Amino acid sequence: MDVALWVDLAYLASATLFVVGLKRLQSPATARRGNALAALAMLVAIIATLVGNDVLSWTGILIGIASGSLIGAFAARTVKMTDMPQMVGIFNGLGGGASALVAAAAFAQVDATGATLEASAGLTVGLSMLIGAVTFSGSFIAFGKLQGIISGNPVTFPLQKSFNSLLFLSLIVLGASLMGVFDIPGLTPSTTFLALTGISLLLGILLVIPIGGADMPVVISLLNSYSGMAASAAGFVLNNMILIISGALVGASGLILTMIMCKAMNRSLANVAFGAFGSEGGAKAQVTSGDKSATSVDAEGAAMILAYAQSVVVVPGYGLAVAQAQHELRKVADLLTERGVDVRFAIHPVAGRMPGHMNVLLAEADVSYDKLFDLDEINEDFPRTDVALIVGANDVVNPEARNPDSVIAGMPILDVDLARTVIVMKRSLSPGFAGIDNPLFYLDRTHMFFGDAKDSMTDLVREVRDA
Amino acid sequence: MGEMVVGLYVLVLATLAGREVITKVPPTLHTPLMSGANAISGIAVIGALVVSAQANTLTVQVLGTIGIAMATVNVVGGFMVTDRMLQMFKKR
Repeated sequence: MDVALWVDLAYLASATLFVVGLKRLQSPATARRGNALAALAMLVAIIATLVGNDVLSWTGILIGIASGSLIGAFAARTVKMTDMPQMVGIFNGLGGGASALVAAAAFAQVDATGATLEASAGLTVGLSMLIGAVTFSGSFIAFGKLQGIISGNPVTFPLQKSFNSLLFLSLIVLGASLMGVFDIPGLTPSTTFLALTGISLLLGILLVIPIGGADMPVVISLLNSYSGMAASAAGFVLNNMILIISGALVGASGLILTMIMCKAMNRSLANVAFGAFGSEGGAKAQVTSGDKSATSVDAEGAAMILAYAQSVVVVPGYGLAVAQAQHELRKVADLLTERGVDVRFAIHPVAGRMPGHMNVLLAEADVSYDKLFDLDEINEDFPRTDVALIVGANDVVNPEARNPDSVIAGMPILDVDLARTVIVMKRSLSPGFAGIDNPLFYLDRTHMFFGDAKDSMTDLVREVRDA
Repeated sequence: MGEMVVGLYVLVLATLAGREVITKVPPTLHTPLMSGANAISGIAVIGALVVSAQANTLTVQVLGTIGIAMATVNVVGGFMVTDRMLQMFKKR
């Protein structure tokens, strides 16, 4: 049998391992082995590729693999769990960028021989570059927003959508020219390709800058999907099945998460992408806002309420991640559990800056995963819950979502206002990303525990211990 | 065009298989799912290896090497950080 057949069979084995590996992610008990299987799948594919191709020069290949492995391993070991959204953001970009480079190399290879691309090659190379480059530049903007290098506020300018449409139109023209449909006067194939690359990179930037910080879970998911689609497109360029299959799996995964995130905010993808929704800042702290007044409580008071409850549901939000207070929160939960209090955690799908962000933080703090509950699993329990403890969350517990006239109308929320007592740990009464006031703060049963989540939580650990 | 149609069959069926498997991943594992998927999108390394192996000019060689490096960061970093996260998910 010839080598090409063996390579194809190895790719088939690799594809199977990828699917089985992903399947194991369906339970926390088997997930770690699933990830290992996927890594094995990757190794099989890489070895088959190296064995199956006549490698002209190993230098570049070894340099690439060695440097990439070192950087990847270092990043994976040192990244803080609170910074996972940024890390995933950058990795999305690298995956997309690598696919774009494959397209560029495939183009350069043909261009060097003086030949022009066939129509089908022009199409696949153009698409692969477009998706890869958009993923690359878009991901770095998303990273900048998450890291706080670029403002988390939506950046908009007049005629933005028209300008984006114009860019998109020019991409179609350049792509058609690359396919040999017509010649653009003054442009050689390589300048056409460079123009397509540049405009794709610009489009990636412009598609992400108008999206606000709170919508980052959607953006990260979508870019994750794009990075898979870029790999699939590169698979079409090289007619390589393992690239198409693996890319499709990632594309599907990212798209599913994107849809879950959109549903959790009751907004369409188009609205997230172009809505320029929400802004940080907003109104400053005011304990009294108009005729409404909020009741505040100190650590001792909060500890009393918690210690003498039978059931407590904790609702963590992005504020917990910012303050890195997950370990102190777990101590409070442990102390309460020792006293016989039933402590559970309710996690909204869009809490944090990426899907599942809060779950990872709590897992890091050693909270057992069977104490973490999804919105659908726990919402009906709130009326029977003594205390809902909200830590750095706002919009996801805003009862205004039930008001049909509100900007967040219809967004699924955690029904914390149905609990007997509510404690909100927050810096101030300022609105969340949606930029609207939260009536929860002014309920008679609500106690506001103001302060930095970490300091407050440290005080709470001490007070609960003494209670 | 024949090869491309085969590719489309594979793309559509793989997407459907992915959807079936991934829809059942519980929300608590969505971050590891995403970083794991991220590592899998590093499959672009295969493409970069193929073009590097057949590099006929320095330009292609350089593009290929950078592509390999970027995708390898994705693969190694992605699988390692996913493992780091998953080992924290414990039931007590």
